[in-house]
Amino acid sequence: MLRVDRLSAWYGEAQALREVSMRVDEGEIVTLVGRNGAGKTTLLRCLMGLHGTYGRTTGTVSLFDEDISGLAPHRRARHGLGFVPDDRGVYATLSVEENLLLPPVTKGGQEPWPLKRVYETFPPLRERRRFPGTKLSGGEQQMLALARVLRTGARLLLCDEPTEGLSPLIVQQIGEILREVKAAGVTVLLVEQNVHFAATVADRHYLLAEGRIVESLDNDQVREREHELLEYLGI
Amino acid sequence: MLQQAFNGLVGGAFYALLALGLSVIFGMLGVVNLAHGAFYMLGAFGAFIALDAFGLNFWIALLLVPPLLGVAGIVLERLFIRRLTPLDPLYNFLFTFGLALILQDLVKREYGVSSQPYPRPQELDGTVDLGLFTYPAYQVFVLAVSVLMCVAVWLVLTRTRVGMIVRAATERPELTRGLGIDVGRWVTPVFGFGIALAAFAGVLAAPMRAVNPLMGADLIITVFAVVVIGGLGSVFGSVAAGFAVGLVSALGNLYVPALSQILVFILMAVVLLWRPAGLFGREEAFR
Ligand SMILES: Nc1ncnc2c1ncn2[C@@H]1O[C@H](COP(=O)(O)OP(=O)(O)OP(=O)(O)O)[C@@H](O)[C@H]1O
Ligand SMILES: [Mg+2]
Repeated sequence: MLRVDRLSAWYGEAQALREVSMRVDEGEIVTLVGRNGAGKTTLLRCLMGLHGTYGRTTGTVSLFDEDISGLAPHRRARHGLGFVPDDRGVYATLSVEENLLLPPVTKGGQEPWPLKRVYETFPPLRERRRFPGTKLSGGEQQMLALARVLRTGARLLLCDEPTEGLSPLIVQQIGEILREVKAAGVTVLLVEQNVHFAATVADRHYLLAEGRIVESLDNDQVREREHELLEYLGI
Repeated sequence: MLQQAFNGLVGGAFYALLALGLSVIFGMLGVVNLAHGAFYMLGAFGAFIALDAFGLNFWIALLLVPPLLGVAGIVLERLFIRRLTPLDPLYNFLFTFGLALILQDLVKREYGVSSQPYPRPQELDGTVDLGLFTYPAYQVFVLAVSVLMCVAVWLVLTRTRVGMIVRAATERPELTRGLGIDVGRWVTPVFGFGIALAAFAGVLAAPMRAVNPLMGADLIITVFAVVVIGGLGSVFGSVAAGFAVGLVSALGNLYVPALSQILVFILMAVVLLWRPAGLFGREEAFR
C-alpha cells in the first residue's frame, strides 16, 4: 500500500533522514521506533508532504502504486492519508465538533465514521462538543485527533506517538481503538516509544536510528529484546 | 462627555474595520500589510473620483469602490505577495511598505496634498436626537454600518464552513493542509476581502474626514497599535480593541489633552506588559 524508496530529508544543511526505504501493506499496523531525534516525526511529515517548509527532500513515496511525492499535503490527505501529529493538532479556535468536521471526507476511502459513531465511541467528545478543542484533557485530545481522521475515511493513518504522556488506562483504550480500526481494514503507521505497547497492537516494527532504518523486527523479536530495546531507547 | 464618548466610538469604528482586515490577512497569510492604510486612502479617493469624474453618488461608491479595490488586492496577492510569502517576512514588509509610498505619491501627484471636498449624502445631512444629545445623522450611520459589518464578518467566521477553514488555517496553516484543506485557495479571497474592508472604511470616511493622500498613513499607525492590543491574528480582539481605543483616545482628548497623541501607545505598552500576546491573542501566535 505505502512504499517509501530512498527518502532523504534535510533541515537546511543538516540531514535528518538518510535513504529510508520501507513499506506498509494493506491492513497492517506497523510501528516506527527510535530514540529522540532519530527522525520519526520528520519521516511522517515527509509522507504527509509537510516537510517542504523546513528543507529539501529526495526519494519517492507511493501510495497504492501511485507516486505521491510531488503532491501537496491536502491532495495526499484526499488520497487517504490521515495525519495525527505528535502534538495532537487540536485547534483552540475551533470547537470540539468543528475539529471533527474540519477535514473533508475522502472519496473512495475507507468507510468514513459518521459523527454519531464518533460520539458513541468517545462519549466525552459529545459532552464537550461545543467547547474549544483545547479545553479537553490530553487523553480526550488524542481521541479527538484520532476520531478526526477516522471520520474522513482515511485508508492509512500516520500516528505520531499517540500514547505519549497518557495514563495506562487511556493507552489501553487507544490500543483497543487501533485494533478496532485495523479490523475495519484501516492501515496504520504508528510512531511509538512504548515498545511493550507496540508489540501488543502492531504486526511489524522498524527501528530508526540517526535517520536510517537499521532493523526490521517482528513481534516475537520485540518481546525477546524488550529490555535491550528499552535501554537503547533510553526509557 | 457622553457626546465625546460617542465621537470615540465613531472613530473606533474606523479602527475596527481596518484592524479587522489587517488581522484576517495577518492570520491567513502571515503578512503584515503595511499598505493597508493606503487602501483606506484609495477608498476615500475612489469615492471622490467617482463623484468628481463620473457623477456617481456616495451610495454607489460605497457599493462599487470596495469590490473594485478588493479585486486590485487579489491581483496584487497573485502577482507579488504570493511569491514573497515563502521567503523571509521582511520581503513582504518592504514590498507592502514600498507599495504604500508609491500609492500615496501617485495620488499626491494627481491631487496634491490638500484635502478634497466631499459632501455628505443628502439623505444623512441632518442630525438625530439620541435622547441625551443630538448627533449628526451621518456619524450615527457610520457607527451602525461598521458595527453591522463587524457582526457580519464575525458570523461568517464563527458560523460557516469558510469561517471554520479561515480560523483553522490562521491557527495552524500547515496542519490544516495536512488535514486535506487547500489553504492556498482561500488565501487570495481573504486578502482581497481585507483590502475591500479597508476601502469600505475609506469610502465611509470621505464625507467626514479630510480626503488627502496621507489620511491612511496617519491612521494606520494607531491601527497597528489596535491590532497589537487586541492580539495579533485575533479577529474578535481587533474589533473590540478598535472600539476601545477609539473610546479611550476620545475621552483622553477630553481629560488629558496633553497625552492625547500618545495615550494609545501607553495603552499598548501596558497591555503588552500584562499580556504579551495581546488581550485576545494566544501564545501560539508567536510560533
Ligand atoms: N524544525 C527543525 N529544525 C531543525 N532541525 C530539526 C527540526 N526538527 C527536527 N530537527 C532535527 O531533525 C532530527 C530528527 O528530528 P525528529 O523530530 O524527526 O525526531 P523524532 O524521532 O521525532 O524525535 P522525538 O522522539 O523527540 O519526537 C533531530 O536531529 C532534530 O534535531
Ligand atoms: Mg517526534
